[in-house]
Amino acid sequence: MTGWLLASALACLLLKLAGYLLPTAVLADPRVGRTTDLVTAGCLAALVVVQTVGGDGGPVLDARLGAVAVAAVALMLRAPFVVVVLLGAATAAGLRAAGLG
Amino acid sequence: MPVPDAVPGALRRSPAVRQGLSVGLATGLYGLSFGALATAAGLGVAQACLLSLVMFTGGSQFAVVGVLAAGGAPVAGFASATLLGLRNAVYGLQLAPRLGLRGWRRLFAAHVTIDESAAVSAAQDGAAEARRGFWAAGLGVFAFWNVATLAGALLGDALGDPQRWGLDGAAAAAFLALLWPRLRRRETAAVAVVAALVAVLVLPVAPAGVPVLAAAAAAGALGWWRTRPARGTA
Repeated sequence: MTGWLLASALACLLLKLAGYLLPTAVLADPRVGRTTDLVTAGCLAALVVVQTVGGDGGPVLDARLGAVAVAAVALMLRAPFVVVVLLGAATAAGLRAAGLG
Repeated sequence: MPVPDAVPGALRRSPAVRQGLSVGLATGLYGLSFGALATAAGLGVAQACLLSLVMFTGGSQFAVVGVLAAGGAPVAGFASATLLGLRNAVYGLQLAPRLGLRGWRRLFAAHVTIDESAAVSAAQDGAAEARRGFWAAGLGVFAFWNVATLAGALLGDALGDPQRWGLDGAAAAAFLALLWPRLRRRETAAVAVVAALVAVLVLPVAPAGVPVLAAAAAAGALGWWRTRPARGTA
């Protein structure tokens, strides 16, 4: 496992370095910046889904759904990152303690 | 690289260094949640710290931990982290001419090239302030993020059962918070919805980790084919 983590870390570091070594002309094609933006957003959106409803063998609806709903409201109210994460944890823990999900 | 007009006056007057360090402190705080989630996903304290020291890019770090927590293969974690790390290469391309570094110094700059340092640098007036802002934010986040990761990992280790503390809900909330600022652009929001749908559809039929890759591929394909290439350039 540590080997995979190290390989992943080095791959991310090499990507950062590539930005400094590649010719700036790469950015002349607007598709490069835009595609990178959308890959980032797509990855994060999928991670939200997987973390919220992911389970063994298919989607599962449980306390995590409540956590994400509360997080979304907090973000709409411009709460800072740490507050959003803590509210997510508190909601999931609270719903479970109440016997829901 | 033009300085965006949207930077408020108060930020323009305050030195880039102070701004960079305050961003470092604020970002470092959520290193606590990374450390706690990493140990909840089954990583050791040293492994969590390794990611923060060497990978040092929050989105990718959360992705590795998220994929592993869902039972995904390490190679799926590797692929997700790499896809999310692509944007740092674009930041590097934008920063390289502004920082004007040569030789080995570029390695240090590359290591602290992240969302926060790129954003603080882009928000400064003038080349000197842009450079100061980049280093202050990059090194500030690096210091606070690593200390917070260690603290969070030790805390997470001590908490025991992650579900009882709602740490799985915290992980979902963290990804939503990372995605949120990107949704302001309508086209990005639309692509995020498509990506989420792809993930839901792939979830029951593919091993853990694959839904994220399928969604990223769909988002990338939409970006590539729907963006018009600039006229007159290859």
